[in-house]
Amino acid sequence: MNPNFLEFEQPIADLEAKIEELRFVGDDSEVNISEEIARLEAKSRSLTESIFSSLSAWQVAQLARHPRRPYSTDYIEHVFTDFQELHGDRVYGDDPAIVGGLARLRGRPVMVIGQQKGRDTREKLHRNFGMPRPDGYRKALRLMTMAERFGLPVVTLIDTPGAFPGIDAEERGQSEAIARNLLEMSRLRTPVLCTVIGEGGSGGALAIGVGDRVAMLQYSIYSVISPEGCASILWKDSAKAQEAAAAMGITSARLLELGLIDQVVEEPLGGAHRDPEAMYRTLGDYLFNSLQELDTLDIRGLLDARYERILAHGNFRESA
Amino acid sequence: MNWFSKLVPSRIRTDASTKKGVPEGLWSKCGNCQAMLYRPELERNLMVCPKCDEHMRMGARLRLKTFLDEDSGEEIAAGVEPVDVLKFRDSKKYKDRLVAAQKNTGERDALIVMRGRLKGAGVVSAAFEFSFMGGSMGSVVGEKFVRGVNAAIEHREPLVCFSASGGARMQEALFSLMQMAKTSAALARLSDHRLPFISVLTDPTTGGVSASLGMLGDLNVAEPRALIGFAGPRVIQQTVGQTLPEGFQRSEFLLRHGAVDMIVDRRQMRDTLASVLAMLRGEQQQSA
Repeated sequence: MNPNFLEFEQPIADLEAKIEELRFVGDDSEVNISEEIARLEAKSRSLTESIFSSLSAWQVAQLARHPRRPYSTDYIEHVFTDFQELHGDRVYGDDPAIVGGLARLRGRPVMVIGQQKGRDTREKLHRNFGMPRPDGYRKALRLMTMAERFGLPVVTLIDTPGAFPGIDAEERGQSEAIARNLLEMSRLRTPVLCTVIGEGGSGGALAIGVGDRVAMLQYSIYSVISPEGCASILWKDSAKAQEAAAAMGITSARLLELGLIDQVVEEPLGGAHRDPEAMYRTLGDYLFNSLQELDTLDIRGLLDARYERILAHGNFRESA
Repeated sequence: MNWFSKLVPSRIRTDASTKKGVPEGLWSKCGNCQAMLYRPELERNLMVCPKCDEHMRMGARLRLKTFLDEDSGEEIAAGVEPVDVLKFRDSKKYKDRLVAAQKNTGERDALIVMRGRLKGAGVVSAAFEFSFMGGSMGSVVGEKFVRGVNAAIEHREPLVCFSASGGARMQEALFSLMQMAKTSAALARLSDHRLPFISVLTDPTTGGVSASLGMLGDLNVAEPRALIGFAGPRVIQQTVGQTLPEGFQRSEFLLRHGAVDMIVDRRQMRDTLASVLAMLRGEQQQSA
């Protein structure tokens, strides 16, 4: 099995392996196999298209958590320039699970804040697998209020399994840190763009996810609880995660349909990790254009629209 | 019953045979000291065990009835009802769970909001009904809370909320998560109007409710020994793989770590909050 490919992508992996093999033979063979390679490449492409046109929620969840998927620091490096990382919450410490700082988006200064999972084991441990502690959320809030003071827009990149459920996190007020961000982000006097780039895990994601536009990359997920957690609570069986994923509707397409997000940012065929450069360009375009759209609103209009958006979420009926 | 059991005072007898004969609803057992308590008496004592001061869980209506001045409460947004737009189904249909919860509790959902008076002064007060699907917050809870905030703003009155909730209602998926943002945004407006919000955290308040409206009080007040936290103790135990310290996530732990302003005995709640609110109103008092 090729670790670059997920289980449901194995037919693609097999084709790709065949193509590699042909290329290898190609060097010392008399037969013209370039035609054959081209044929197989086209086949691989259409196979990928067909597999990716009907992904289940659970398959999307696997893509959202793909180990090679670009993380916040990758986007910060390639979508932005002049990044100056800013550290610490000024109260307790600096949480590496949240990265933030000043940067330019196509020349325009912004405050960018993202959750960072970590690529290798060492970085994963350092970043606590992208699970922020209260210090991380308070750092994020400090940077956001700084952005507000200097009239800079805020761009957040969401990618976390959830806020860290640990003893120290509880001691330092995890609930309060999340709640405070929700309240303050709802009235932050500067444009706020939130994008789920991978995993939008519950309150830990929402704590940097309240803004004027909430977008999701095509194969990211956003949910109130992880499919595994939902399965183990409601089905009493964590193996039912696939069913839970489907029932909750965690994909960008479904959440757009339900009106819970504003935009889906399309990914390259096969997912962001197959062509990161293309993904960086698309995300950069989306962010830049969205900021320009928001520029047309004055601050009162911006805040009223944000408030109405937030308050519109929910379903109920009313009888006498 | 043998001769020995007869010697043991009835309130410390806990075996199954003695439970059998207790008529449903007339007697309640204290979960802490096991004392058998006469229900009407217990309700008069605000569901606090007279033997050991254990603060038992309290229904939302009884809570508001006993917190507000007698017969002063008028319900807000009583007709707001849940709908299952996702057609969510786990081992049971969400629709069936709702019907069962409505039948058991007589409520439409897990939050009751009333406008009334506290020692003569106008107040809007909300209370979670924990026995309605664990007090979980879905669209109806979020909407009713916001209506309560709006009423407080309209009448320039403070808001007092008694929370008791396991968190977000999973059956409403991401809609329930968004109620955290919705309730918090409404509280931002309340605070912009310089009206006080007092969050009373009762046993248990965890997850999405604790991580939104629960922790956003100008004053956060806890009842004694209530379980209050972001993650449930079982999840934390699994994550850290070590035994949790004694009293972890209880009110006293939160007070020590600076998360709540005070711990107030339920029987002093009216006095304490009335006094605090009068001072926040800037009310002058003749010095003695």
